[in-house]
This record gives sequence, structure tokens and C-alpha cells, in this order.
Amino acid sequence: MDTDQLIRTLAADNAYRPRPVGFVLALMLLAAAPVSLLLFFSMLGVRPDVMSAMHNPLFDLKFAVTLALASAGIAASLHLSRPEVSLAGYGWLFAIPAGLLAAGIAGEAMMPQRLPMMTRLVGSNSRICMTAIPLMSLPLLGAAILGLRHGAPTHPVLAGAVAGAMSAGLAATLYASHCTDDSPLFVMTWYTIAAALVTAIGALAGSRFLRF
Amino acid sequence: MRSAMAGDNAAYHRLLKAVTPVLRAASRRGLTRAGQSPDQAEDIVQDILLAVHLKRHTWDVNAPFAPWLFAIARNKLIDALRRRGKRVFVNIDDFAETLPEQPKAETASAAEVTAQLNTLPQRQREVLQSIAVESASIKDTAKKFAMSEGAVRVALHRALASLTAKLREQ
Repeated sequence: MDTDQLIRTLAADNAYRPRPVGFVLALMLLAAAPVSLLLFFSMLGVRPDVMSAMHNPLFDLKFAVTLALASAGIAASLHLSRPEVSLAGYGWLFAIPAGLLAAGIAGEAMMPQRLPMMTRLVGSNSRICMTAIPLMSLPLLGAAILGLRHGAPTHPVLAGAVAGAMSAGLAATLYASHCTDDSPLFVMTWYTIAAALVTAIGALAGSRFLRF
Repeated sequence: MRSAMAGDNAAYHRLLKAVTPVLRAASRRGLTRAGQSPDQAEDIVQDILLAVHLKRHTWDVNAPFAPWLFAIARNKLIDALRRRGKRVFVNIDDFAETLPEQPKAETASAAEVTAQLNTLPQRQREVLQSIAVESASIKDTAKKFAMSEGAVRVALHRALASLTAKLREQ
């Protein structure tokens, strides 16, 4: 087939209108969300004292941090699904969850504490935290990679990593409602390790599946 | 591209024709700079055109078109050079002595797409060939194969999409 013939054929296929990447990504995430929710409610469930915990600003802060991470991830992965862009201008979004966490640590340090710092950092759920967050994020990560395949990311590793951070943020939001460790020191340590793991998996998946 | 996205097939055809010489020159330059024969530029051009077509929804209609186009082209060119680079190294290591006796590389434009064409399912291949080679319209193709126009459109699009996937995997 010569190039003129190919061009004529492509023009004949112009009636086919691909959906926007954001639409496909949203669809995929909505399809995967029930799987993560099922995992959450079958294994963990919301902590029993959730009503009183909501009055604790440190409990609420966990959601601010994880949702900020998830939102930054969604915005950045949609951005990276376009071929001509770099992360420049979007990287700072990931400073928001980090900044919130730092503010939380500073805030907690100024409050009188019943427990020593290391006890708060080590907490009592670290192992569950590090298993549950990656496990619940995997369906979301798979969905995000499928959705982003519809795009044209020219930085597939980065796009995959960002998708990983996004799914870790969503999974951590679920997990935060189960976990009774509310100290930002605990969040900083164990949530970060879990999110870094998912981000690395995402980068790997990106290099494998996001090339076009 | 704006009118093409709005459904103007003639404008789309003109646009693809207009960018092709630029893509061809860039592909030849890329191949030459990588120390390879510019003969294969046409394969890369067709690869880029397919990607432009299948990923055109990632272009933001309010953004300038050229950076988007060149990002796609660059990505495909690097990909192609990487694949060819591997092949060339194997050839040189294994056949260094016999290399001058090898027949010259296939110069027929678009050897790769043509080769992959034969691996498509029969119906897709027939539709694609009718439109590409015999330059039949969607309507005539539908009549010829006793299909609906919608089915022809679907077969055509599937053919293009799987052609692209096969080129990537080869």
C-alpha cells in the first residue's frame, strides 16, 4: 500500500470519532471502583468509632492528604495522556498532599501528646496498611492504565507512575476510614511506603503497556 | 485539522497530504542520522500517519497543531529507530562477512504495512483493500460485499487499529 492510498483510507475513516481520554478513564475507574470497594468492605470495613473520629482534625487530615494525592494524580495523568506535554506545570500538584502532611505533623507536634513520637509513628496497623493500600489500588491502577492506553502518552513510564500515585491515593482514602492510627507521622511513614510501591508498579506497567 | 475533526473528510485528506512531505523529510533525516538507509522512511511515515489518525482525539482543538503532530512523529521515529537499531546490530554481528553480498533492502514504499495487511482477518482486509487500493467509497464497498455502510466503517476502523497494533508488536 502506498502512502497516498493510506491517506485516502484514513480520510475515509474520519467518521470514526474516538471518545476523549477523560471520558474513557472515568468509565474505567468507575468500573473498577466496585472491586476495590468490595475488597475494602469484605476485608476491613469502616472503623466502628467513625462518628466520633470525625471530630478529630487529624482523622480528617488523612482524607485531605489522600484525596489531594488522588486529585493530583488524575489531573496529571490526564495531562500526560497528550503527546506534546511534559510534567512541567503539573509536578507541583504533588506538593499539595506533601504540604498538607507536613502541616499536620507540625500541628500535631504543637499539641500535648499522650504517646511518645515513635509509638505514634509505628502505630498498630502498619502491616495491614502496607498490604491493604496496594491491594485495593491494583484494580484501580489496572483500570487507569487501560484508560490511558486510549491516550497518547509519550512519557509512558512517568504516566504509569502518576497513574499509580493516583490509584494509591484513592485506595488510601478508603483505607484511612478503617485505620485507627490518625497521627500524621504514621501517615507520612506507612502510607508513603505503600503509595511509593504502587507508584513503582505503575511505572513498570506504564513502560510495558502505555507505549503507542 | 479543526475542520477535519468537525467531520470534513476532504479537509482531513488535504491536511494529511500536506503534512506527509514534512514527515517524510524528518524520517529520512532521522534514519540518516542514525546511520541507516533512508529507504525505509516510508514505513515510518505510514506508522506516523496511522498514529496521527488513531490518536487525533488527544489533540486539544484550542492548542497549536504542529507541536502535537511533531510529538507523535518523534515518538514513532524513535520507536522505529530503536526497532531497526536492534535488527541492524544483529545483522552486522552475524553476517559481517556476507553483508556486501546481501540483496539491497526492500525499497518498495510501505513494505511493512503491506506485509501486515495479509495477516488481517479476511473481511477487514477486503474492506481495507477496496477502499485503499481500488479507491472505492464506503458506499460502493458496502454494495460490493453486501454489507451495511456502518459495518464497512467498523471493519475499516478495526483494520486500521489492528494494523497499527501489529506494526507496534513486530
